[in-house]
Amino acid sequence: MASPEIAVSIDQVVKRYGGFTALHGVSIDIREREFFTLLGPSGCGKTTLLRAIAGFEDVNEGRLLLKGVDITNLPPHKRPVNTVFQQYALFPHMTVFENVMFGLLRKNWIQSEAQRRVQDVLEMVQLSDFASRKPAQLSGGQQQRVALARALAPRPQVLLLDEPLSALDLKLRQAVRSELKALQRETGIAFIFVTHDQEEALTMSDRVCVMSNGRVQQIGSPKDVYEAPVNRFVADFVGETNLLEVTVNKIKDGLASVALPGGNAFECPAAAVVDPGVGHLSVRPERIKVTADGQGDLDAVVTGHTYLGTDIQLLVRLADDEVMSVRLQNSQTTEIPEQGAAVGLVLEAGAARLLAD
Amino acid sequence: MAAGAPMGAGTTSDIYKGDAARLMMPTWLIIGIFLLAPVIMMGVYSFLTKEFRGGVVWEFSFAAYDQFFFDRGLFGDDPPTLEWTYIGIFWRSIWQAGLATIMCLLIGFPTAWFIATRDPKSRSIWLFLITIPYWVNLLIRTVSMKFLIRDTGPLNEFLLAAGVIDTPLGLINTDFAVQLGLFYSYLPFMVLPIYAAVERYDFALSEAASDLYAGTWTILRLVIFPVVKPGIIAGCILVFVPSLGAFLAPDLLGGAKTFMIGSLIEEQFKGSAGNWPFGAAAAMILLTLVLVILLIYARAQNKVEDR
Repeated sequence: MASPEIAVSIDQVVKRYGGFTALHGVSIDIREREFFTLLGPSGCGKTTLLRAIAGFEDVNEGRLLLKGVDITNLPPHKRPVNTVFQQYALFPHMTVFENVMFGLLRKNWIQSEAQRRVQDVLEMVQLSDFASRKPAQLSGGQQQRVALARALAPRPQVLLLDEPLSALDLKLRQAVRSELKALQRETGIAFIFVTHDQEEALTMSDRVCVMSNGRVQQIGSPKDVYEAPVNRFVADFVGETNLLEVTVNKIKDGLASVALPGGNAFECPAAAVVDPGVGHLSVRPERIKVTADGQGDLDAVVTGHTYLGTDIQLLVRLADDEVMSVRLQNSQTTEIPEQGAAVGLVLEAGAARLLAD
Repeated sequence: MAAGAPMGAGTTSDIYKGDAARLMMPTWLIIGIFLLAPVIMMGVYSFLTKEFRGGVVWEFSFAAYDQFFFDRGLFGDDPPTLEWTYIGIFWRSIWQAGLATIMCLLIGFPTAWFIATRDPKSRSIWLFLITIPYWVNLLIRTVSMKFLIRDTGPLNEFLLAAGVIDTPLGLINTDFAVQLGLFYSYLPFMVLPIYAAVERYDFALSEAASDLYAGTWTILRLVIFPVVKPGIIAGCILVFVPSLGAFLAPDLLGGAKTFMIGSLIEEQFKGSAGNWPFGAAAAMILLTLVLVILLIYARAQNKVEDR
């Protein structure tokens, strides 16, 4: 049923813990050679789903296919996938070399080939010089790379990564992102990456699956989920956004005519299913231009500034007391309106989107 | 220190160091008076001459050690041959203590594992239950065990009445009874350290191993066992060492054939039949034996860690 281009097929998977349902019939097809990210807040089911693929959680309903083979009822040690754990879970009594060797010996690799493979993988993560160290003698970033090497060594068909960067500090995390991405291209297998960090998801992924409350909200490229979110949850969770309550007058061919707060008419794309009536408009803060009072789509009063380094965040209040955030680039040419100033706001074409609730 | 001067980190830690030394004083005092002093006394006594009604004469002598290891005939003038009686008792004691340790490990490990994997609230209840017998004196517990398993005791009477057996099991005064006594006395010393180790065990390690194609037994052998090994070793030492010197269980539950070191030493200090230097020598030999075993273990451990 699954085409050969699909690495992992998640088919109507349901997972319950007592009365709590962690996954409500989730279906996702993960393609070969893609960097696929499960993104969502804690408790959204992303880790449960990853653990179900690894085999640590039984599913109550549905099927899991790995390259077309049903693995739903296989124990973890019989599934040709490997996991990078959040806290790495390196074996503390073994050296780096022995840690990486572990999976190979269990799969009955020939000793000499296994040793060569361990050396190759350690070289790949630049840890050749640390082979004889114990995990406790390594820094967090090095431990993370050992975990990666250990999971890649047995040549898994798919690599699962459970928030592997969350234990690293910010600078290191940013460096490791590009390394991970490069490693994924080099190995040519699908990476399934779990994170709650939307920036991580946007920068590394080929496709992102946004989850919430045990359901898939949207699957798409980083650009899709950021610029064309299908609902309020996605718009709000991925990046920063302003949600404006608007009156929807008409929807035709995916284009909506709405009345903005203050009465101005506005046309924008609408997410799939939105009924006329009251809807929500998502406007990214960096897609709003500030102009003179009365000249924009919206009238507002500046209530505060926040200095963010590259940007300056402007908080403005609309006539109906709704507060919006506007991001202005921090350059010499940018004019920053004073607090209390009345301004007009221009919504860039295509910057706003009408969303389903 | 000048008022308002910032507290240097060095100053603070120096204060702690001074405090630590002072805080250790009571410990050193107690160890000195109640541990080192008796051991030294015992060592000195083992090289003295025995007085016939118990006690010692202050005359230097190897007689006690000679008596332990060599047989010089009835009148003490034959050429010395190795004396097997006491070495035999030692050997049997080591065997008994070793067996008790293995039994405690076989039962204690799953018990500790069970307790450590309950939710935190019921863990403390289980631990409490494990330690409840220790609220009763060991002597009383051992005597109770004797009453329980003797031929006219409740165990045999119940089995006879139920028709399971025709004649009493004859458990009392056997090696098995001694084993039972040792096992019962020292099981918690096995359970508690293993529990402490398992409680700290990160179960993600088991998941990682299973993710890397290890089955249940392989995980137990290659991951769980090595990681909780310090707890297991501590438990084994805590059971083996007191079992080796135990005298209550062999005395009360065993017979003449199950004589152990503890009883041998105890007898030397009892009444006019005693021989203090010989008892002291046997105790010193036992102490040496235990220290040698611990040293061998410590060196093996260091080698593993240096690797």
